[in-house]
Amino acid sequence: MSFKFNEESQKLAKIALAKYPDDRKHSAVMPFLDIAQRQNDNWLSQDCIEFVATQLEMPFIKVWEVVTFYSMYNTQPVGKNFVQVCTTTPCWLRGSENVVRACKEIISENPKEVSSDNLFSWMEVECLGACVNAPMVQINDDFYEDLDYVSTKNLLISLIDNKPLQIGSQIGRQGSKGINNAE
Amino acid sequence: MLNNKDKIFTNLYGLESFELKMAYTRGDWDNTKALMAKGPDWIIDEIKNSQLRGRGGAGFPTGLKWSFMPRDSIKNNYLVVNADESEPGTCKDRDMIRNDPQKLIEGCLLASYAMQAHNCYIYIRGEYYNESVVLEKAIAEAYDAGLIGKNACGSGWDLDIYVHRGAGAYICGEETALLESLEGKKGQPRLKPPFPANKGLYGSPTTVNNVETIAVIPTILRRGASWFSSFGREKNTGTKVFCISGHVNNPCNVEEEMSIPLKELIDKHAGGVRGGWDNLKAIIPGGSSVPMIPKNICDDVLMDFDSLSAVKSGLGTAAVIVMDQSTDLVKAIARIAYFYKHESCGQCTPCREGTGWMWRILEKIAAGDSSSAEIDKLLDVTKQIEGHTICALGDAAAWPIQGLFRHFRDEIEERLKKGSFAA
Repeated sequence: MSFKFNEESQKLAKIALAKYPDDRKHSAVMPFLDIAQRQNDNWLSQDCIEFVATQLEMPFIKVWEVVTFYSMYNTQPVGKNFVQVCTTTPCWLRGSENVVRACKEIISENPKEVSSDNLFSWMEVECLGACVNAPMVQINDDFYEDLDYVSTKNLLISLIDNKPLQIGSQIGRQGSKGINNAE
Repeated sequence: MLNNKDKIFTNLYGLESFELKMAYTRGDWDNTKALMAKGPDWIIDEIKNSQLRGRGGAGFPTGLKWSFMPRDSIKNNYLVVNADESEPGTCKDRDMIRNDPQKLIEGCLLASYAMQAHNCYIYIRGEYYNESVVLEKAIAEAYDAGLIGKNACGSGWDLDIYVHRGAGAYICGEETALLESLEGKKGQPRLKPPFPANKGLYGSPTTVNNVETIAVIPTILRRGASWFSSFGREKNTGTKVFCISGHVNNPCNVEEEMSIPLKELIDKHAGGVRGGWDNLKAIIPGGSSVPMIPKNICDDVLMDFDSLSAVKSGLGTAAVIVMDQSTDLVKAIARIAYFYKHESCGQCTPCREGTGWMWRILEKIAAGDSSSAEIDKLLDVTKQIEGHTICALGDAAAWPIQGLFRHFRDEIEERLKKGSFAA
């Protein structure tokens, strides 16, 4: 087993573990998996999962069950910019297929393919909870909202140029406020 | 239309900073100690009198729910806040957390004290990473200011609040699945009884409440139950944050009076339906789990629990999804059916298998490759799922499909007969 927490991850793990009663450390399995995934380029290898199981004194299979149950644990490598496109009905009604089209053109025809430079992968996901700013994508931790075909392309190109656009609304809205609404 | 002075969430859009010093200027934490000095019974009675109903979708009376918590348990009581906001169409809790988190934190203290809990977990959906960072900062500020922690607000009550991030599973919004997840397991709902108030987190008495439910508590206690219940109608009281998405000119979140007419809500705050009200086809008024209603019902229905249930829909999370005449309603519902298929936890056979069946038949209908008999079969499958599963996800998957055919079956059959499903 080659994976173990680095210094930064150890600090985060200690904070996570302190949130739960001493005799309930299995509760920390989700934060531990998240910490491991962040350290391991945003995906969980078998080594990572075994490490978490050992740390929390859990059977491997119990941790594996958790890993496969929740959609945010990646069991295969993803791109440095992991683009998740919401296509559930509220985003679909506002043209999420155009966002998908932009991803296909700029990143790859097929979802979950990591580009040769490791810079990107994309996939369709279920509702991400930003429905009044639809359509939207999540890239790593950040939401980019109020997209269309052109602004999605611009967003992806900005990441290629390593000059990422500002997170949030791409049409200048303040949060979830209606664009023409007075306060 | 709700006056600005009666809005609870005065920083819903984040026009001001979320920080504690700004939260003070918005009235948060104003003499919280005095509210607590009135005692747990007073708090619960006041919430009962306000007629507040849970804001997470089910609409159960909050004060009554709190009164189920035992006071003399030898175990620790827990308050768990459900911030696993995942119902398609819904994005209100996100705004409260990222822009007005002290309202939630103060609500956690008052609710925990009322239910005699010293520990509170806030379970936030994993995708809301940036929101969880804000929430952790806000909690740290509250600790530093002595508002929570030991002797919170000088009240003599100790309260610890912890944030737990989910990892992408809609089902964890179901309260017992959420507790399983918090215990480090797959999020599969528990059989009830026992209910969480008797046996919840770690086998201890637990109440699970939605973010909005908890965040409105301080304002209700400050301004009084009668102030809150002066909005809306009997048993459907208060103000409510609505999320208006889909085919409107200005999608937005907005706090309004409960029982506002749906048409007024959309016209005043969302800039109207795209192409005008007559271009409206149907609306899903309460998040993807509730059945859609056609335009003629939308014309005069009120946005509250009882009026929407009277038209065989529901207020749910008050996420209004608007669909204009250009919408292929079968495709819209097929996409929702796919969502439920994806999110079924797999525990109960009717839901695990049935959600897939429903989605596949809907896709066939959407493609025009189906028949009236197959619609009957689909509706039969919905009936076999509804009421036959441990949790409400099965119902939530079945109802939108029943709603579609209740109102649009003739139109769909007509299009199937023509052999072409192009709009």
